[in-house]
Amino acid sequence: MTASAEPGPEGVVLRLRGITKRFGDLVANNAIDLDLTAGEILALLGENGAGKTTLMNILFGHYLADEGEILVAGPNSGLQPLKAGSPSAALAAGIGMVHQHFTLAENLSVLDNILLGTEPLWRPLQKRREARDKLASLMGQAGLQVGLEVVVSSLSVGERQRVEILKALYRDARILILDEPTAVLTPQEVERLFETLRRLASHGLSVVFISHKLGEVLDISDRVTVLRAGRIVADLPSTGTDRAHLAETMVGRPIPSTIRSPMEPGEVLLALDRVRVPGTDRRTGLAETILRLQRHEIIGVAGVSGNGQAALAGLICGLVRHDAGEMRLFGRRAVIGSPLVMVTAGVGRIPEDRLDDGVVGDMEVWENLLLEDYRQSRFQYAGFIRQAEAQAHARDVIEGFDIRCPGPRAITRLLSGGNIQKLILGRVLDRRPDLILANQPARGLDVGAVTYVHQRLLEARERGAGIILISEDLDELLTLSDRVAVMYRGHLSPTMPTESVTIRQLGLMMAGQKAEEAEIDAA
Amino acid sequence: MGELLDILLTASFWAAAVRIATPLVFGTLGELICERAGVLNLGIEGIMTAGAMAGWMAVYQGADLWTGVVFAAIVGMIFGLLHGLLTVPLGLSQHVTGLGITLLATSLTYFTYRMILPDVPSPPRIEPFQPLEIPLLSDLPLLGPALFGQTALTYLAFGAVILVAFVLYKTPLGLALRSVGENPAAAEAQGIDVYRMRIGAVMAGSALMAIGGAFLTMSAFNAFFFEMVAGRGWICIALVVFASWRPGKALLGALLFGAFDALQVRLQQVIGGVPYQVFLMLPYMLSILALIVMSRRAGYPRALMVPYRKGER
Amino acid sequence: MRLEVRGEVPLALTVLAPAGAIVLALMLTAIPLLWAEVPVLRAYGLIFEGALGSRFALTETLARATPLIFTGLAAAVAFRAKLWNIGAEGQLYVGALSAVAIGSGIFAASPFVMIPLVLVAGALAGALLMLIPTLLKLRLGVDEVVTTLLLNFIVLLFVSMMIEGPMKDPMGMGWPQTEPIIEQAALPKLIAKTRVHAGLLLALLAGAAVWVLVQRTTWGLEMRAVGANPAAARFAGMPVGRVVLRVGLLSGALAGLAGVGEVAGLKGYLTLDLSPGFGYSGIVVAMLAQLNALAVIAAALFVAVVFVGADFMSRSIGVSSYLANLIVATSLLTMLLASLATRYRIRMK
Repeated sequence: MTASAEPGPEGVVLRLRGITKRFGDLVANNAIDLDLTAGEILALLGENGAGKTTLMNILFGHYLADEGEILVAGPNSGLQPLKAGSPSAALAAGIGMVHQHFTLAENLSVLDNILLGTEPLWRPLQKRREARDKLASLMGQAGLQVGLEVVVSSLSVGERQRVEILKALYRDARILILDEPTAVLTPQEVERLFETLRRLASHGLSVVFISHKLGEVLDISDRVTVLRAGRIVADLPSTGTDRAHLAETMVGRPIPSTIRSPMEPGEVLLALDRVRVPGTDRRTGLAETILRLQRHEIIGVAGVSGNGQAALAGLICGLVRHDAGEMRLFGRRAVIGSPLVMVTAGVGRIPEDRLDDGVVGDMEVWENLLLEDYRQSRFQYAGFIRQAEAQAHARDVIEGFDIRCPGPRAITRLLSGGNIQKLILGRVLDRRPDLILANQPARGLDVGAVTYVHQRLLEARERGAGIILISEDLDELLTLSDRVAVMYRGHLSPTMPTESVTIRQLGLMMAGQKAEEAEIDAA
Repeated sequence: MGELLDILLTASFWAAAVRIATPLVFGTLGELICERAGVLNLGIEGIMTAGAMAGWMAVYQGADLWTGVVFAAIVGMIFGLLHGLLTVPLGLSQHVTGLGITLLATSLTYFTYRMILPDVPSPPRIEPFQPLEIPLLSDLPLLGPALFGQTALTYLAFGAVILVAFVLYKTPLGLALRSVGENPAAAEAQGIDVYRMRIGAVMAGSALMAIGGAFLTMSAFNAFFFEMVAGRGWICIALVVFASWRPGKALLGALLFGAFDALQVRLQQVIGGVPYQVFLMLPYMLSILALIVMSRRAGYPRALMVPYRKGER
Repeated sequence: MRLEVRGEVPLALTVLAPAGAIVLALMLTAIPLLWAEVPVLRAYGLIFEGALGSRFALTETLARATPLIFTGLAAAVAFRAKLWNIGAEGQLYVGALSAVAIGSGIFAASPFVMIPLVLVAGALAGALLMLIPTLLKLRLGVDEVVTTLLLNFIVLLFVSMMIEGPMKDPMGMGWPQTEPIIEQAALPKLIAKTRVHAGLLLALLAGAAVWVLVQRTTWGLEMRAVGANPAAARFAGMPVGRVVLRVGLLSGALAGLAGVGEVAGLKGYLTLDLSPGFGYSGIVVAMLAQLNALAVIAAALFVAVVFVGADFMSRSIGVSSYLANLIVATSLLTMLLASLATRYRIRMK
């Protein structure tokens, strides 16, 4: 299939030379040089914000580099310069990209998504039959099976990723870029993906595998290029290096370790007794759920995204109501229904989507810090906001939570992701809530910010809060949680002491196995 | 009840229904194309006004009827281009820009009319499109004259429905157009130029709107009057929702609306004692009602009214 | 060429942007003037003279600005919360209609009773009319743009029905118009022998009050948050539906007051040509003011200058006064472009 690729000089199929990209004052990529040879799996390693995604977006034509050049080997020719800033030129040159956030039109069928853009726009009719034949043989060769007439919105995350890979193969890609492809998969799905990639590479496909997870990188790649603060700091073969070395190269300093000291759980803060939340289907609702959260305790909730975590989070945030069972909050039966009730009851809520739910980007920092508190008599009198008081409060939180911004009157959307998360953290934790819901609190942050968020959560636990931590990052869950549970299709498993579970076991449970079976299979 | 039946059984009623529906078919199709590509076009009311004047004025200045239609379409495309440039690459509010286009197109139309015809007391008339009776078929009882005794522009509207439906669902172009309205990032990742697609769709849609306007001055009537579009553009926007963004249903919606409007005119003469304004209100109320009924089920394009910016972080 | 997000908006730019937009609009509308073969600068000079050149002109401009301030505020308040109320025209007419219904002689009392009464009646009518699309949006998810637009047509037909029917002035020689507002209910003149009436004062007060509401109160915080990011507002515990409802009622009430001012301060009775599109021009006013309530006053004055001045220019050199509409529509579009300059820096590449 893709083996027809005839490598350029020394087998190089892709060469980046001196790529530099600035966003305002930030240098996202600084004079990057990179070579990729045929049939090679190259890992691009770096922490969040190191510039990996930017680099690949330049290669794929989403961004325009400020300096530098991209050369791609044609199927029958040597290295040719690639037209910058044009995804269609990249596609035509045989570059395929699987974005971290899938680029699929949900309302269209799988076949439509794959065919999109592959035919001349003015062709009077689509050639659907030929396409189906070609896809059948591709699916056989790559070992990827998906229904072609299914609408994408009904597919699971793993299936969508397969569609994304097929999209690239259908266009005869010779270079496949995968941006953090394992973030949303179970460990077993990751294994399957790796098998597929090895198989494709053996047929001559070159793969760029972007990740910040060391274990995976060592597992899948032939060669590792490490990116830090926009620069390449190392380029070495995967054999002969180890995690510790890679980790230090990636972060540039020893990684502070987060340690959770054992604590005796206190009174029950939240008790769910066969609580059910209706959803549009089994994946989005919450089936009858039992859960008890105590003081000084962090319960981690694992699971592939879209298995009911949103319903659980929504319930505790006050965004959705349960239609069966009983929910007890701080010992009292909670009727709920609105976020306001939860806010006033003293529940701290860190939303999954910082920019959509967490802050109003167009408003100023002090206003965002006031969003949950403006009703307090401290901040308003007869409906008039006490400006001085509110801004002084904002200055306190900015200092207390180390929010890097020009001041309380800065426009929030211009802050970095890490600082926006600190802002939300400050707003929530400054109220000293007894119960905290933290939904993906460290996603997309760089190592420093991640450590900061983790420390703050552990501090809250020490002072007596109980925390429900929803995350897709199993390492994070195992580091922070006292007990973990797994969500699968709206069902929350019983919680298990963190010390007694393994990653492999969690993975099997995330794929739908019951705890006991998973324990046996994992052993 | 008997009177209602009498009305429903006259061929002239059905012919009027189709006639009233024709500009709405053009307008609704035009708006549908824009919205399928993700751009709300509130310029429709003004673009229809501009098209009405442009086509008629061209004929009055000596062009033949079809040249007038083409001229109207070009005028529509120019306003569509303006709307597209402002809302697509520049990402300006589609609501406000659209209203701005309507205000601009309307005022430019009136200004131009006064410039060319400064002193006429009443608008001069032209020789409009004549009914084109299709032999045999137009002799069918009841629906014959309605469907086969119309002017060429009405047949063009029917043809446009079929063409738009075919392009949308059967061709690569239609797939690309739908994809930029569903998920522009996905379209761009597949090499589709989102800006070009969206601007092109708005221009094509605006051309249809303008032809809808031209139907008023070149087929339904034979002259241009101020405020003659009278909210038809807004009704088309309601019809797009009613049609769940599907061309076939858009035709159906426009025909239902036309039938209702034709009925209301005839009922005025039958039912006494009710002020005529009540009847004139009914079409607008029906549009609101249609929106209410359909709003829950609407399968709207996911990226409608969401500006897309290349490479925005 | 590409757009880059601006970190901070320099203060000068927020003033320069609308000014630049107006200059650009005047440059663009010079094209039709050239086509009309009139000297462009003279035409603009005449507009200026006709609107500001004499005491009479000035008072005419102020009178014309009064309803525009109200409808501009109506749009600014609603748009701030992303409630697209395009129905100010209809709300203006129901406001005027109820002012006439109460104030044209079904009873008489002192002006201290009558005037507040007609004001409240008009505001209430506008608010109630806007309640329909607002509730439809909140409860059923019906897009308010189309409903408010269509309601304009329905209201005009309704007004036409009333002034040709039950509310027709028996002394009106057959003209379709209502009975006049009685003296006690009429808004007093601010300047004798001109058309400037107390409505102007009310409009200025309304502008200041709306500014305080939006910028300095918890309700304003809620409005702005709901407009900018409803999901985050809801997440933070704000009553999003109630906020939108409040905004809808306030917006409708402001537009209703525009109608009261016109009928009780200026015309005296209601006809179908009470408003030459004040509702729609209000949108332009609001956008020129960048939705800032105090700036609405200045923007309304500009639009009033264009309309009053263009009439004068039209009489002087025979260019159609539709030029005024053209200038106003063009400045809306150029203002949108200018707003881009305040948010983004344009980098040539």
